[in-house]
Amino acid sequence: MKPGFGATAFHVVNYGFLTAVALMTFVPFLYVVLVSFADPTEYLTNPVMIVPAHWSLSSYRYILSTSMFMHSMGVSAILAIAGTIFSLIVTSALAYGLSRKRLKGRTFFSVAILLTMLFNPGMIPNFLLVDSLGLMDTIWSLILPALTSAWYVLLMVNFYKEIPDELEEAAKIDGCSDIGVYFRIMLPVSVSALAAFGLFFAVAYWNTYFNAILYINRDSLRPMQVVLQMMLIAASTQVADPAAAVMLESEQKIPPQVIKMAAVVVSSLPIVAVYPFLQKYFVKGMMVGSVKG
Amino acid sequence: MRQSTQSALKRSEALAADAEASRVRTAGKRLGGWPEALKRDRYLYLLILPGLLFFFIFKYVPLWGLLLAFKNYSPFLGFWESDWVGLKYFREFFTSPDFGLLFRNTMAISFLNIVFFFPVPIILALLLNEARLLMFKRFVQTVIYLPHFLSWVVIVGICFLLLSQGTGLVNNLIVQHGGKPVPFLTEPGYFWAMLTAQSIWKEAGWGTIIFLAALAGINQELYEAAKVDGANRWQQMLNVTLPGIKSTIIVLLILRLGQVLDVGFEHIYLMTSSPVSSVADVFDTYVYRLGIQNGRFGYATAAGIFKSVVGLVLVVAANRLAKKFGEEGLY
Repeated sequence: MKPGFGATAFHVVNYGFLTAVALMTFVPFLYVVLVSFADPTEYLTNPVMIVPAHWSLSSYRYILSTSMFMHSMGVSAILAIAGTIFSLIVTSALAYGLSRKRLKGRTFFSVAILLTMLFNPGMIPNFLLVDSLGLMDTIWSLILPALTSAWYVLLMVNFYKEIPDELEEAAKIDGCSDIGVYFRIMLPVSVSALAAFGLFFAVAYWNTYFNAILYINRDSLRPMQVVLQMMLIAASTQVADPAAAVMLESEQKIPPQVIKMAAVVVSSLPIVAVYPFLQKYFVKGMMVGSVKG
Repeated sequence: MRQSTQSALKRSEALAADAEASRVRTAGKRLGGWPEALKRDRYLYLLILPGLLFFFIFKYVPLWGLLLAFKNYSPFLGFWESDWVGLKYFREFFTSPDFGLLFRNTMAISFLNIVFFFPVPIILALLLNEARLLMFKRFVQTVIYLPHFLSWVVIVGICFLLLSQGTGLVNNLIVQHGGKPVPFLTEPGYFWAMLTAQSIWKEAGWGTIIFLAALAGINQELYEAAKVDGANRWQQMLNVTLPGIKSTIIVLLILRLGQVLDVGFEHIYLMTSSPVSSVADVFDTYVYRLGIQNGRFGYATAAGIFKSVVGLVLVVAANRLAKKFGEEGLY
């Protein structure tokens, strides 16, 4: 069948519209990236510039030399790495156990876990729990309450259910215990699923903001998103935190706007770096559970 | 590790018969009681223990804290020594002028979200589904999924960089062209629209995934049959595509309705400043302000309980409704 005029017109409009959507999504980021490389004097004389005429790394040199920002990056990096490892081990071990049909109490445990999707104790009980566990002002307060979720466990149980029993039984005949089977069979065969979940956990830990507002008072434990909020948002609206205000005043007279943009770019760089890998996995990861139900 | 997997795989083929026999044996053993099960599968229980402890400690133990809503909690006296006050805090919450304001703001933000955000991923997915150039489709997807992975701090921060009154690019441009600066971030009249627009920017692209999966699941023969019957593109969309994703749309709408009181706490908290507080205060921010910042734990817990209970009732009700319409529902 030859496409008629209507169909051709539809496709032209459709491609045009989708291109516009992609541009609208992307242009704000592009603007921030471009101006973050602006020469300080150029931005000061022309604050509506979009593409710098003279490129400069001064804002990056400055932001990477401030101890407050770099320290918070370190906190976030430790949080993302440690948190992801703990989350993956706890989630996959639980999911592997719950996927074995012979496990007595399996239905009870699964229902108890699924029920947690329906209600949330709320902010105050959670806060008091973290307080009474003595986790306040420790990095554990950012890891343990966010360790895993019913949804992730459900997805992973469905993944492990797909793995044939024969694999496990063969290993058992070779003398493996359940823990041996988990480490030597289940983890290796689920490496792609673990990578996908790991990336999701890592992004969530890297983006940790509100739990830190709730549970962290010590300056030295502030994760990066908190410092970023102080620089980008608090500094321009409310009474700014003096430390953040000082940070935006560089000796080289770099405009605060440009410093902020560099901070956005540096803080988002790790996510943009893992994004291609995320993309490879996430559709699969999202679908594993929902397809099988 | 990989080698051991491969050898295990090979063995598994060779030992298929043995495996079958061992499965029968395992099935036979299942009949035992708890002591036997715990002994036989002790390592398996050891593996699930940390995860179970997590759900118990962080999802069930805090439910105990809900009793705070009925107590005049004092950190000095502790939970047990604090006085019982019955429904005092609930009464106080429902009769306070704050309640009406919180309810209005929450419902308005939620309503705008359902009307303006909810259809966007569906429309985008339908249009992406029509795009036949795979490279193009993948490019658009890559771009529109990206904001989902950035934090709300970054998203709101970029909005401040673009829109703030003294230094933002947009206002600089307006002033340069002789206009008056627009208080995008401090004018209460713009606040709800800003929230909705930011939500669309961050999450609408990501929201297409589930619809694209539903679209991919539609039987292609239905389109062939429709073509034979002389249906054009538009008629195919109305009679094949939309019915094909109808149940996905309904299930997601139910989920959304069940979360009518969840309006994105972190997002709103970040966007709130004193000029807009009258339109920005929602149940979650209220609980945070009164509970954590002012230390009124009992009162704030009561407000939180109200929100959780309404949420639970809404999910159950929406699920019933879906079943009445002949859809599967959530459970």
